[in-house]
Amino acid sequence: MAEQPYFEDVGEGQEAPALTQRCDSQRLVMWAAGSGDFYQIHYDKDFAQATGLPDRIVHGALKHALLGRMLHEWVGEGGRVRRVACQYRGMDLVDKDVICKGVITRKYREDGQNLVELDVWTEDPQGQKTTPGTAVVALPSRGG
Amino acid sequence: MAQQQASLITDEMRAAVGRESEPVTFEVDKTACRMFARAVGYTDPIFYDEQYARAKGYRSVVAPPAFLGHPVITPGQPNPLAAAYFRFDTGLKRVLNGGTDIEYFDDVCAGDVLTATSQLVDIQEREGRLGPMLITITEFTYRNREGKVVAKARGTGIAY
Repeated sequence: MAEQPYFEDVGEGQEAPALTQRCDSQRLVMWAAGSGDFYQIHYDKDFAQATGLPDRIVHGALKHALLGRMLHEWVGEGGRVRRVACQYRGMDLVDKDVICKGVITRKYREDGQNLVELDVWTEDPQGQKTTPGTAVVALPSRGG
Repeated sequence: MAQQQASLITDEMRAAVGRESEPVTFEVDKTACRMFARAVGYTDPIFYDEQYARAKGYRSVVAPPAFLGHPVITPGQPNPLAAAYFRFDTGLKRVLNGGTDIEYFDDVCAGDVLTATSQLVDIQEREGRLGPMLITITEFTYRNREGKVVAKARGTGIAY
């Protein structure tokens, strides 16, 4: 596990550690079962192509969940993911890496919590942002 | 718009905005939390190992971000949580998931009993590259047994 980040130590412009997840057909089947979304465009190539897609595509909601995982793994035991919002702007095809990134845009205290706002997004291997969004996490304070 | 076109949004659709669904109560299932965590690729034991999660101060295995429990589906019957989904016949053939926005106000753990309500919060129409589009926003509110809101989820649907 990475070192615990503290509210005092982070600042605007700082990046959260990126997360790369290869979304192969096994991953998409696991997500279908885990989420309950069994729409066939995500795991049945013939079905996907019959709807006009080049191949199976990654579930938007999986990309949302991966952004949540990136944040969870960054904020550590002492932190919490408070909000993850994203828009599914571009398709990601099966068998490619989905790269999750985030950069801090603001930090503030509210209701006794140390909150950090970020721009978050997923990129495809060409660096195209397919899922832009925003997030809020709570971090622990060095003061306790 | 210069040219008068019939709106895709009917009075019936407008009347559905803001109407809260019947509440649906369900338990956050431990196995479902683990399956979901595995699907997203989590390695943190708080999502898998109950003893470990308790030692870290949680009630049980933790529900990972984005997992708010599955309603119990009875085959042949509609998903009880989908009551607020946009179900009007618009003549539009395709639907896309436009986006997801989830806010968490408290931890959600296996064994928690949550009550969810949903409502259509907005409908808009736009002229897209592929013709007319209807954009709908549905909001789900999850409360725990004490009635405290633990999470709110908003989903954007795009019909075109």
